[in-house]
Amino acid sequence: MAKIEGELSHLKEEVITMCNLVHSQLQKGLSALLNFDKDLAREVVMIEKRVNSAELKIDRDCEDIFAIYSPVAVDLRFLLAVLKINTNLERMGDIAEGIANLLIDTERAYSEELLNNTKIVEMYHEALLMVEQITIAFEKEDSVIARGIFTRDEILDVINQGANDLIITHLKEHPQDLDQALNLLSIIRRLERVGDQSENIAEEIIFYLEAKVIKHKSREEK
Amino acid sequence: MESTIIKSENFNAYFGNNHVVKNVSMDITQNSVVAVMGPSGCGKTTFLRCINRMHELIPGATANGKMLLHDDNVYDLNSILVRLKIGMVFQRPNPFPNLSIYDNVIAGYKLNGMKLSKTESNDIVEGSLTKAALWNEVKDNLHQKGTFLSGGQQQRLCIARAIAMEPEVLLLDEPTSALDPISTASIEQLLFELKNNYTLIIVTHNMQQAGRVSDKTAFFYLGELVEYDDTREMFTNPKDNRTQNYITGRFS
Repeated sequence: MAKIEGELSHLKEEVITMCNLVHSQLQKGLSALLNFDKDLAREVVMIEKRVNSAELKIDRDCEDIFAIYSPVAVDLRFLLAVLKINTNLERMGDIAEGIANLLIDTERAYSEELLNNTKIVEMYHEALLMVEQITIAFEKEDSVIARGIFTRDEILDVINQGANDLIITHLKEHPQDLDQALNLLSIIRRLERVGDQSENIAEEIIFYLEAKVIKHKSREEK
Repeated sequence: MESTIIKSENFNAYFGNNHVVKNVSMDITQNSVVAVMGPSGCGKTTFLRCINRMHELIPGATANGKMLLHDDNVYDLNSILVRLKIGMVFQRPNPFPNLSIYDNVIAGYKLNGMKLSKTESNDIVEGSLTKAALWNEVKDNLHQKGTFLSGGQQQRLCIARAIAMEPEVLLLDEPTSALDPISTASIEQLLFELKNNYTLIIVTHNMQQAGRVSDKTAFFYLGELVEYDDTREMFTNPKDNRTQNYITGRFS
């Protein structure tokens, strides 16, 4: 095995570990939301530092490989993709932290009715599934799975677009839920961004595997 | 519009029965830099030496197929004339050790018995050394021997000697492999500038160099031209797995 292959393989493992870490952060955010578990939310905030460290380590490793090996072709595409995937994952980590901070600042548990009416749990599960799918696509180098992300993101977009109306309808009947509802709306907006980040990552995986740039193209063209 | 200056069509080269260049067809555009790369023994240097008919100087070496310079098959032309039009620079700087810098530059004229007036000779020396980015460094020592120069300067002197004959094409066989990084950088910069006046075909083992200096890159393997494409495309998205494995260092 060429030495660069070992380095790239190690880098790939680091990215997969980071994907799993970010997924775990988001998953804990959902548990904290459903169980109104502020300790778990605080744990997410604590662990965010590990996400940041992982981002810096991956950046540094990419720099080293660029400097030492002058990679080309598939290796070059892999490294360029990893640099961007890394940034997107770190932003997802920030989103998980942001959700956790919202939960920490919330004074009372969210009612089941509010959670159901806003479809936030369904959205959360979709977002988590997207992160799982990009991890699998990256690990297995599977552009078909990566392309599946674009359809999933549409589900998040639809829920996000309908969120205002759903929340207004809920508040008409439950005006006392105003603070809670606004927090959930903020979480919905953040989950929509998780979808966007996942879509960005899927685009980078396809660039790495197929040398095709599909950014800024419509979903049909992708 | 880009015009083709060198065109090989189903070109083959042999050493005795050993078939070393196999059915190679490629077009080389005027005023471009083409890098030829591939593992040792892939036929790249042989192909280069076929372009100006130096291959046939080796006993037992033969070639067939077409190698066109513009529209003329170089194998139908006088070989001396071909080498005047298609100059060559070798791996190791090889200035004539007993000649001065000045005489090295005009050696091609002297060896071919071409008479020059003193003015013509001075103009050719200054012009060639200037084009080879060496004039300012040697203008006060033109009558020193060329071998007193550094390796990089000697290679630029060899380039000056080649371009003194006003060739249309310059073949360079690993011209920087014996040079340090600073001299290599100066030769690469020179190649970039020479492109305005000449067509350059460079054999190199240094893939980063191929990436830096060339417009198009050809990858040879086992005597075949595996892939020939724009250098940027080749180094980001090679189409053939053999090319990808070679340039990423995974060749077995």
